[in-house]
Amino acid sequence: MTSKEASLHDAIAEFVADGDVVALEGFTHLIPFAAGHEIIRQRKRDLTLVRMTPDIIADQLVGAGCVSKLIFAFMGNSSVGSLYAVRRAIEAGSGSPIEIEEYSHYGLLARYQAGASGIPFMPIRSYAGSALADINPNIQKIASPFDDESEIYVVPPLNPDVAIIHAQRADRSGNIQSWGILGPQQEVAFAARKTIAIVEEIVDDDVIRSDPNRTIVPGFVVDAVVETKYGAHPSFAQGYYDRDNDFYRSWSAISRDPEKLKQWIQEWIHDTEEHAGYLEKLGEGYFEPLTPTPHMSTPVNYGSVR
Amino acid sequence: MISATRTDDTPTSTQAAFTASELLTVVSCRLLQGKRRVFAGIGLPTLAVALAQKSSSPDIEQVYESGVCGAHPPRLPETIADASLATGAEAILTMPVLFGYVLQGGWIDVGFLGAAQIDRFGSLNTSVIGPWEEPIVRLPGSGGAVEVMSNSHEVFVVLRRHNLTSFVNELDFCTSPSLRAARLAAPKVPTQGLGVSTVITDLGVLTADDTGELCLSSVHEGVTVEQVQAATGWPLKLMEQITVTAAPTAEELRLLREDIDPTRVYLR
Repeated sequence: MTSKEASLHDAIAEFVADGDVVALEGFTHLIPFAAGHEIIRQRKRDLTLVRMTPDIIADQLVGAGCVSKLIFAFMGNSSVGSLYAVRRAIEAGSGSPIEIEEYSHYGLLARYQAGASGIPFMPIRSYAGSALADINPNIQKIASPFDDESEIYVVPPLNPDVAIIHAQRADRSGNIQSWGILGPQQEVAFAARKTIAIVEEIVDDDVIRSDPNRTIVPGFVVDAVVETKYGAHPSFAQGYYDRDNDFYRSWSAISRDPEKLKQWIQEWIHDTEEHAGYLEKLGEGYFEPLTPTPHMSTPVNYGSVR
Repeated sequence: MISATRTDDTPTSTQAAFTASELLTVVSCRLLQGKRRVFAGIGLPTLAVALAQKSSSPDIEQVYESGVCGAHPPRLPETIADASLATGAEAILTMPVLFGYVLQGGWIDVGFLGAAQIDRFGSLNTSVIGPWEEPIVRLPGSGGAVEVMSNSHEVFVVLRRHNLTSFVNELDFCTSPSLRAARLAAPKVPTQGLGVSTVITDLGVLTADDTGELCLSSVHEGVTVEQVQAATGWPLKLMEQITVTAAPTAEELRLLREDIDPTRVYLR
């Protein structure tokens, strides 16, 4: 297969256009921060950001003025704070610079599943009596075609223009391998029209092929594969580096003050050249205390023809 | 009352004193007796499950929203998707499996949820204070709460502050509906589970009666029934017998303080 290897700059420049519906996924684990920063650096505008759990990366993208609409299920900075840029926007009410479209976790995941499967809607056992169905016209109730008695809520497919996911490793053809908490990465990659995968390391084909069950997204679904070490910081990559909890705790103080947030975005994103510049600014040895002790899985035996 | 069975005298565990978080954790733990599979996030529910595992219910299992089952973390995790939850876990499920098969499939005995507001029948608001279109405070939203509410056999709600701000006659927004609210709004949509069966607060414990209405069943030591009623935004019904919550035992406190959360990550 041909190589899909690209630089972070080129992948974002080529595949993310102003006005696009962009899904950045990763459930606390493997959040594509470096890609989000590159979107800010390239001053993309008017994006619809889709993310099940908008966290600091959403706060940064909204704070930087890249986002005009947010599709989400849970917004927050885990248990250590709030997303003040996002909240400032939403709490402005009718004067809000962003529109929101709100689901529960399974509701938004089911939209990815419907989108990935090419089906007109996906039924889930949620939403009876929930006000979410009142404020979101994409949550509808239908009658079962199989009996006269029952109804169920459904959500329509979501096919983002581009999905951006982060993973531990891939080959040059874009076969993506991931382990630990998997989030909705597989579903969103299949649902999106284009997929950019950021990985900690691009490895030889032999490494990927030594454990094919580990591949969560096959290369044919991936349009660009980008090697960006520590590209999920301050979130984590299982086995590579742990979550930078100090950064998460420090975020509220930055985000609460619009001026400080602006300065932070200038200093850490616009004034750094790509992700390498960001890492340089973090300083040598920064990741030492965040590097876990190795804990290897036992290899499995796939066997081979005699 | 504190049992006097301990022979060594660690100052913290021989004193009768315990914090509100410790009490809420211990009460939650005792209510988990006989339950097998618990869906819980980070915080007091995690401590309650850990305490149950070390005391009354060694076989109880916790399922995390991140898909982790049978976690064996060497230290307390800071988030539901902490690296230490994944390493050495018994299973890590994908999201369609977790929401589709585990939750919707009916595998969860008890789901723990929190809320900014709760009503008389246990509907929960985690979305907004004020109108949704123009909120005074934008809260995180549902996350998986709607799914936990709709699919667990029963739901425990832990609220650190029992007051008129949280216990309201009418929610600003019904994020996760009670069973009653679900049936009223969409009678043909099949339901499973009871909704909120138990609310554990800093003042006492509310338990749902046969109609699903939350009634006062226990008050913590030093708290009066009138005090709980005054802190509740609807005319709070009383169970026939109201008990005084048994205080944490020395052994429960020792396990919490020395084994489970020695650095007091959640025992704030």
